[in-house]
Amino acid sequence: MRNSTKKLSYLEAIVEAMREEMRRDERVILMGEDIAVYGAQGLCEEFKGPRVRNTPLSEASFTGVGVGAALTGLRPIVDLTIASFAYLASDQIINQAAKLRFMTGGQLKVPLVVRASTFYNNRTAAQHADRPYPLFMNVPGLKVLAPATATDAKGLLKSAIRDDDPVVFFEDITLWAKKEDVPADEDFLIPIGKADIKRPGSDVTIVSIAGCLPPALAAAQALAKEGVEAEVIDLRTIVPMDKETILTSVAKTGRLVIADNSHKVGSVASEVAAVVVEEGFESLRKPIQRVATPSIQIPYNANLEKLLYPTKEKISAAVRVIL
Amino acid sequence: MSLDQARQLELFTRMLRVRRFEESLIANYPMGHMSIGHEGAVVGACMALRDDDYVTGTHRSHGHPIGKGAEIAPLMAELYAKRTGICKGLGGSMHLTDTSKGLICESAIVGGGIPLATGAGLSIQVRRTDQVALCFFGDGAVNEGTFHESLNMASIWKLPVIYFCENNGYAVTTPVATSHGQPDVARRADGYGIPGVIVDGQDAEAVYEVTNAAVEQARSGVGPTLIEAKTYRFDEHSNRLPIPFAYRSEEEIAYHRRERDPVALYRDILVSRGLHSDVDAIEAAVAKTIEDAVQFAKDSPEPELQDMLDSMYSNPINFPVQHEGI
Repeated sequence: MRNSTKKLSYLEAIVEAMREEMRRDERVILMGEDIAVYGAQGLCEEFKGPRVRNTPLSEASFTGVGVGAALTGLRPIVDLTIASFAYLASDQIINQAAKLRFMTGGQLKVPLVVRASTFYNNRTAAQHADRPYPLFMNVPGLKVLAPATATDAKGLLKSAIRDDDPVVFFEDITLWAKKEDVPADEDFLIPIGKADIKRPGSDVTIVSIAGCLPPALAAAQALAKEGVEAEVIDLRTIVPMDKETILTSVAKTGRLVIADNSHKVGSVASEVAAVVVEEGFESLRKPIQRVATPSIQIPYNANLEKLLYPTKEKISAAVRVIL
Repeated sequence: MSLDQARQLELFTRMLRVRRFEESLIANYPMGHMSIGHEGAVVGACMALRDDDYVTGTHRSHGHPIGKGAEIAPLMAELYAKRTGICKGLGGSMHLTDTSKGLICESAIVGGGIPLATGAGLSIQVRRTDQVALCFFGDGAVNEGTFHESLNMASIWKLPVIYFCENNGYAVTTPVATSHGQPDVARRADGYGIPGVIVDGQDAEAVYEVTNAAVEQARSGVGPTLIEAKTYRFDEHSNRLPIPFAYRSEEEIAYHRRERDPVALYRDILVSRGLHSDVDAIEAAVAKTIEDAVQFAKDSPEPELQDMLDSMYSNPINFPVQHEGI
């Protein structure tokens, strides 16, 4: 299967990653609500039995069950379905998964993956639409991923499953249906902690987080017509952040726009900006621009909801401010 | 199955270790939540387990590793926050976790360990071993959502988990009588379709017997059991917690210390069985163990920055981070 590819959507790539890893390693198990019907697409049939658990509606405890199973020889994938539900499970993620290795002086490993989809821009209103990466970014001990393409989703999820630390894997539902050719090699991995330059450029750096990638690339295309070459960096891993790729790019361009669909205060964009100010200040020729979601809850009305998130137009406008 | 004579003496040894370990702490290094009064419940339950069975515990953590047979010196060194401590001085009194004896979590978040024991049970089931997981928690924890959620999951999946409530009557200062709609914790088992058993936690052999029966059920695939051991905490919730006014009477405390001391009660039983000289020998040996452990702790070095860094990630990537002030 080396070098061959398969046309997969972002969501299919995620399922493919789980299927391959469950075939490869019998310690990998899958748990979550309604996965017998949704989300696991055929995995329940193939792995019928104790390795696939359709759970009761008990987010805190089934996440903790995943932690306990991870401590005792398994490599669980806990599907929280919707990232807004992560708050219910957050005690187990933050107080247990992220701390148990440290609290025991390194005696334990917690090879756990928590999947959480950011379920926004589809009229689900305030309690289903959060993009809570910043909350988990602030927790030492976790790794936090947010891929933006099918290939990265597959390769990063496989890396997460093989990693010995707890990983929170945010999947962006605005990308679920996007198809591309995805490597079919079962050992194809995307390394955790590496950002990816999705479009090279020399005039301005756009760092994109998760579902901001399509509007960031569209903005870069539009700017190219005006003679401005934007370098688009897809962060891919939020923690541990690939500062080197960002700082190298900013050293070249001297200008930075960050596109992040999380709420602006204390956002991933804030952290990227802080890193560049602390460690790359001399490279900056203009102020950093954050294009993020304002501190307003997500409304049911679609027209109002669309006003909130980063778009091609907002990202392009932010670039023009600092040209 | 009853305990043979050697196991009876081992039960007494471990109970006495908990008592002397904590008496030493109170005298020399006042730190933590003491299990004194709980020894019969904690050690009685642990004696029903094998070394490879899993245990999760609580902030009142000292008795759990000692009950499971852990080496004493690394536990004492942990209390003294030393590098030779079982958790390298990073965990401390509320997290005394010795994984070599099957402990996987001592949670200071009340109810936080209940899902973890449930997950250990799920792991046992997936890996098809005949281990079990035993989950210690207090009466306060049964009012946390994780208790309800976890017992329900253990029931539907028939997980090999023993849920063991050390009911000492008080969640810090709040009495069971004013915080539990059903004061008999074990009766909640009916709500999950699993067996619930009440046992006198001050009777160590009785605790062993009911736990052993539950362990046999779990090992044979029948499923989980909820055990409620009625016990009593002789000291305050934490010896660093100021108690501005009495929430329980002096008479109540004195009664339990005088009439319901699990260590004294079990000592009397063993003496009545003609084991006086064995008991004397154990008392001398435990005193020496504790004395040596304290000396080891005092002589041990402090942990270093590198110990913290090494304990953060199993697979560090871009870590430690630069420009964070260390």
